[in-house]
Amino acid sequence: MYVAVKGGERAIDNAHALLAERRRGDRDIAELSVAQIQNQLPLAVDRVMTEGSVYDPELAALALKQASGDAVEAIFLLRAYRTTLPRFGYSEPLDSETMQIERRISGTFKDLPGGQTLGATYDYTHRLLDFTLLAEGEQPTKPDTDERPLEPCPRVLELLNKEGLIEQSPKDDSRPRDITREPVDYPAERAVRLQNLVRADEGFLLSLSYASMRGYGDSHPFAGEIRSGQVAIELVPEELGFPIVVGDIAMTECEMVNQFHGSKTEPPQFTRGYGVSFGYNERKAMTVALMERALRAEELGEAVNYPTQDQEFVLSHTDCVSANGFVSHLKLPHYVDFQSELEMIRRLRREAGEQPAHSQAEQAGEAAV
Amino acid sequence: MSQVDGYNFAYLDEQTKRMIRRAILKAVAIPGYQVPFGGREMPLPHGWGTGGMQVTASVIGTEDRLKVIDQGADDTTNAISIRRFFARTTGVETTEKTADATLIQTRHRVPERPLENGQILIYQVPVPEPLRFIEARDSETRKMHALREYGAMQVKLYEDVARFGHIATSYDYPVMVNGRYMMTPSPIPKFDNPKLDRMPALQLFGAGFEKRIYAVPPYTEVKSLDFDDHPFEVQQWEGNCEICGSDHSFLDEVITDDAGSKMFVCSDTDYCRERLEAQSAVAEEVAL
Repeated sequence: MYVAVKGGERAIDNAHALLAERRRGDRDIAELSVAQIQNQLPLAVDRVMTEGSVYDPELAALALKQASGDAVEAIFLLRAYRTTLPRFGYSEPLDSETMQIERRISGTFKDLPGGQTLGATYDYTHRLLDFTLLAEGEQPTKPDTDERPLEPCPRVLELLNKEGLIEQSPKDDSRPRDITREPVDYPAERAVRLQNLVRADEGFLLSLSYASMRGYGDSHPFAGEIRSGQVAIELVPEELGFPIVVGDIAMTECEMVNQFHGSKTEPPQFTRGYGVSFGYNERKAMTVALMERALRAEELGEAVNYPTQDQEFVLSHTDCVSANGFVSHLKLPHYVDFQSELEMIRRLRREAGEQPAHSQAEQAGEAAV
Repeated sequence: MSQVDGYNFAYLDEQTKRMIRRAILKAVAIPGYQVPFGGREMPLPHGWGTGGMQVTASVIGTEDRLKVIDQGADDTTNAISIRRFFARTTGVETTEKTADATLIQTRHRVPERPLENGQILIYQVPVPEPLRFIEARDSETRKMHALREYGAMQVKLYEDVARFGHIATSYDYPVMVNGRYMMTPSPIPKFDNPKLDRMPALQLFGAGFEKRIYAVPPYTEVKSLDFDDHPFEVQQWEGNCEICGSDHSFLDEVITDDAGSKMFVCSDTDYCRERLEAQSAVAEEVAL
């Protein structure tokens, strides 16, 4: 006998309780603190802050804890928090030339003013599991710190710019459109594309930029410069009228140098691809720069042959919160639509079943001719 | 009134509500036209009703009575979740009775009981663009709407007729609103399409992650696409609802055992309950 589905309310409450229990895990093992996540899983925190569009390591760590370590769920939590925050104002553009450099590398010049600094990187680690960490016996070696005063570190691409070998970065002082407050209109301007890419799912961008370098896109980039470190944020309060520093954030910036064969109006020159991320998320900054350049194909008059160069395709599908929401909505009931399809399929099959006799007669007719 | 601390009435801040209400006004003024709006990120996932929720949050007031249905039922988990969200963030009264509700947020169904002027029906819309599966680009479909270039959809429907002998779209069936804009009624079964036509209630449609709002004002003509020789028709069932005996409502098929036996019941749970109560009242009277 059919019993109408009731009790959804209790099921939801129980699901939440079960979830909390699973998240906590074995109670004989000490609970993970938000401070531990913030300090010991900083790259996970950086990803959540970057895609969540909020620079707050503590809240990002809290989101990771609440989400049982699921980055996409944590990003969603932070976004839903962000959406209710009031806007106090807009900062001045960040000046990354004044960054307190912690890492700076260039794939285009062996030496350059300010020098290269390897910094903290997994790049040259041999990926061998460190079993001392498993035994909780870590004894980190203290790094040699160089106490030399920092030299000025001009941006590498500006050195090329002096020679006129690279395109001028178009200057635009208008306030960029905020894609979290206004709908996007295609074709989207560069500021909108960059905002979208910085908030984009890291995995999706990584794979798209990989594709663009493997032939599905006309990409031949050099990593002109990657730098990470602390940058001051300045704000001009209305009542003061001059900028004051409101804090520092850690960020990573990447500038890619790409070939450009020139057009009717422009001689051959290098072009730019720019990427940035919160914290030390270098992979993200690089893929933003690669995709930013790929999506400039149209404005540079290059042929748009691949999805990686197609604004509407890329930008409409980058957001992990949207993508996850729409894919996961398939878990919601679709009884009614499915019932409609069932009725339709049955009807089509019934009609198809009536047809063989008809087509057999036709064939027989043909044979007779 | 129970409201969640730290959040505004109905979650969204007043500026955002005002922006959404402006979009709604524009949508009402141009029936069937998709108005872009600054859709916010909601604490529920995209595709789970964030568009409908933003519309509801923008029009709901303290005097409203809210009903939320999913697949016609008040007791499906997502309907419960959304109803709770508004109960928590607004403290307004909620109801399962279609007749008592001033606002009805719905996913995939239009209630069987005819709605009245003064009620508002708010649809959750996943993909607001009726032409999306014919033309993926928004920049193109916008032009097609501007030029009223809807031939491609007629061709698609014609291809169905050529292949199957009739139009094979069973839900999300496209309509023309006020003789001007092509509109998707959201993924309701085509069974519900006739209810949209000249409905006395205001119909609002919200698509969250696509950031579009559109509307059908009361008593507006809504015509399902068809051909003169292949007129629009709705689904029919051979049996009746096995609970209330209805022979005119949309029926869900329920599998009752592992031999595949099945029964059909009303998808609109409130309608079914109402009919059942009316029948038992009549039975009591007869007994007396």
